[in-house]
Amino acid sequence: MLNVKINNQKYSVSEGMTVLDVCKRENIYIPTLCHHPDLETKGICRVCVVEVKNSKTLQAACSTPVYDGMEIFTGTEKVRRVRKTIIELLLANHYTDCTVCAKNLNCELQDLANQYSLTGLRWKERRERTLPLDDSSPVFVRDNNKCVLCKRCVRACDEIQGVYAIANLNKGDSTIVGSEFNKPVSEVVCINCGQCITHCPTGALYEKSFIDDVWKAIDDPEKVVVVQTAPAIRAALGEEFDYPPGTRVTGKMVTALKMIGFDYVFDTQFSADLTIMEEGTELLARLKKAIVDKEDVALPMTTSCSPGWIKFQEHFFPELIPNISTCKSPQQMMGAVLKTYWAEKTGIDPEKIVSVSIMPCTAKKFEAMRPEMADSGYQDVDYVLTTRELARMIKQDAIHLKSLSNSDFDDPLGRSTGAATIFGATGGVMEAAIRTAYETVTGREVPFDSLNVTPVRGLEGIREANIKIEGTKDEWNFLEGVTLNVAVAHGTANAKKIMTRVASGEMNYHFIEIMTCPGGCLAGGGQPIPVTEEIRELRAKAVYEEDMDMKLRKSHENPAVTEIYKDYLGEPNSHKAHELLHTHYTRRGRY
Amino acid sequence: MIEIVRDRVNELTDKYDNKRENLLCILEELGQEYGFLDETIVNEVARAFNISQTEVFSVASFYHFLNTKPIGKYVIRLCRTITCDLAGKDKILSALESELDIKMGETTHDKKYTLDYANCMGMCDKGSAMMVNDDIYDQLTPSRAVEIIKSYK
Repeated sequence: MLNVKINNQKYSVSEGMTVLDVCKRENIYIPTLCHHPDLETKGICRVCVVEVKNSKTLQAACSTPVYDGMEIFTGTEKVRRVRKTIIELLLANHYTDCTVCAKNLNCELQDLANQYSLTGLRWKERRERTLPLDDSSPVFVRDNNKCVLCKRCVRACDEIQGVYAIANLNKGDSTIVGSEFNKPVSEVVCINCGQCITHCPTGALYEKSFIDDVWKAIDDPEKVVVVQTAPAIRAALGEEFDYPPGTRVTGKMVTALKMIGFDYVFDTQFSADLTIMEEGTELLARLKKAIVDKEDVALPMTTSCSPGWIKFQEHFFPELIPNISTCKSPQQMMGAVLKTYWAEKTGIDPEKIVSVSIMPCTAKKFEAMRPEMADSGYQDVDYVLTTRELARMIKQDAIHLKSLSNSDFDDPLGRSTGAATIFGATGGVMEAAIRTAYETVTGREVPFDSLNVTPVRGLEGIREANIKIEGTKDEWNFLEGVTLNVAVAHGTANAKKIMTRVASGEMNYHFIEIMTCPGGCLAGGGQPIPVTEEIRELRAKAVYEEDMDMKLRKSHENPAVTEIYKDYLGEPNSHKAHELLHTHYTRRGRY
Repeated sequence: MIEIVRDRVNELTDKYDNKRENLLCILEELGQEYGFLDETIVNEVARAFNISQTEVFSVASFYHFLNTKPIGKYVIRLCRTITCDLAGKDKILSALESELDIKMGETTHDKKYTLDYANCMGMCDKGSAMMVNDDIYDQLTPSRAVEIIKSYK
């Protein structure tokens, strides 16, 4: 233990902590900008400077380790003056158009300018918009005129995702963030995950918005506008309306969507349950082929719900494409089902249906645009909005979310189970699949307390679990005594690690769940900002609570799922199911 | 062309190992051999190191002595750091620009000269300074700078 003094108060701290760590622990406020708890400390922006006794210059709190006898001052006149100058210098290099900026009122730089009472800039010449926007990506826009070079996007892309699509280019005053040979980001390996957006402290990165297109569809009396909302939205939308993180707003969200004018409000959780039926059946079929028929079949099978991961796999491990489940993601299953099964059932002309989805994800925007996602004969999903965009629509329609009462999703595609709710958290798809697959094979519930498959839960980057199958039904007796080896990874940097082990043959898993974003969809690139580990935990807690509150908690018990198989699809993995609910992938490569 | 570059990059990664810290010395050798690092070279280096092209380009674009655009036979690097600036760098620059009829950062049509900046060359006591390829010149005046570049045929 070391003893330090902060503002003349004594604290005992452990070695290896930084000044910022101690101050956070003791609730002593230090402003930061380039620092982000998800990312390695770089000490770039200097906004967090503090005075240290006997030190000639001010020190950056984020990157200065504590030592025994250290005396730190966080609020002296010198500290305030220097911080103010640093913020002023950052602003001098930042194209400022706050009122029409995508990050207005949720901008860390704006907050700092406000806190430090910047009333004017000493430089007469304002930073103009001199650099071109990069709007080549199908999902986001980069405005380097607003970039303060904190490298949070660069670090997120490298450290969390292992992609490194963007980096600092050039040096000194000509430094910009960009890609090789200044190519637009659409021409380099980018997985559209949006972690750069959720880690950007300014308005330099923002999603491409389809809000206006959706309003136009709603205002068109000829159109039937149908919306689906992903499991992770209900656990995070409240944050945009001053609810604390982890507040569930499911019923209020449905009411708001109806008030906005969507004709039908469906739940992506319905198609998440459908995904489990299809993907679980696919897994069992692959296992049968491998064990009984001794066929050369691609195992481990990996999940396919997370479109950032799909593109990652297509670029980084094209040789392992056969391992990806052929199931479409829940968003795309819903899209395909809406314009076929549901259209026929209700007698609505699919031509008139505008299918909108609310997703915690920017990669979903890209997924909906993939050319193969048109099995209904139309583009299956027309517009994808992020959680943040939905919040803006609700605000634009002058709806006070907090004052709303609860409503239920519409039938039948609004029905779901708890297994679908947990799709939003890392490990959730795995848990849902285990609940159903185990019961299919043995006729008994999974041997975990209250169906909670806790070994696959949590926020550790890579998790493994083994489930021994015993007491199988006759038709599954080839699985008797088999130990199912499963793994869960989130953040594509972790996915890269696990897939490298799979490619080398080092690990023999049967089934792997991969989520592109750390924490899963709950902390996706389209979710409310900020996102930290603490917020991830709170949002996860919310979905697990929602699961416990559901009457039905296993996908195969969803009555609407039973009905669609009975009336339309036949059985899981049937010919019709393959036509509508399964897809194929593209070998993209990296070099 | 790709195969030749790939073979050469593989030779270099055999020589130095493809650890990240060896990226710079490999880029330096390739820069000397090929004059500048084009997309093929960056791509092959990225492949050999199993890293992204953008990471390689980020390193290459940081250093004035690594080029990512075609360069002339002679690269004139004018020191842009503060002491040389105070010693009249701007006048030298104007003289060179008008003699060569190009702007800073450009290459002459006959591909003979490229005009570029460099950071401090350690000649602060004898500014202004410039380099022509590997030769260093100090205490420049506009007319002397022009004479020097004329001597490169």
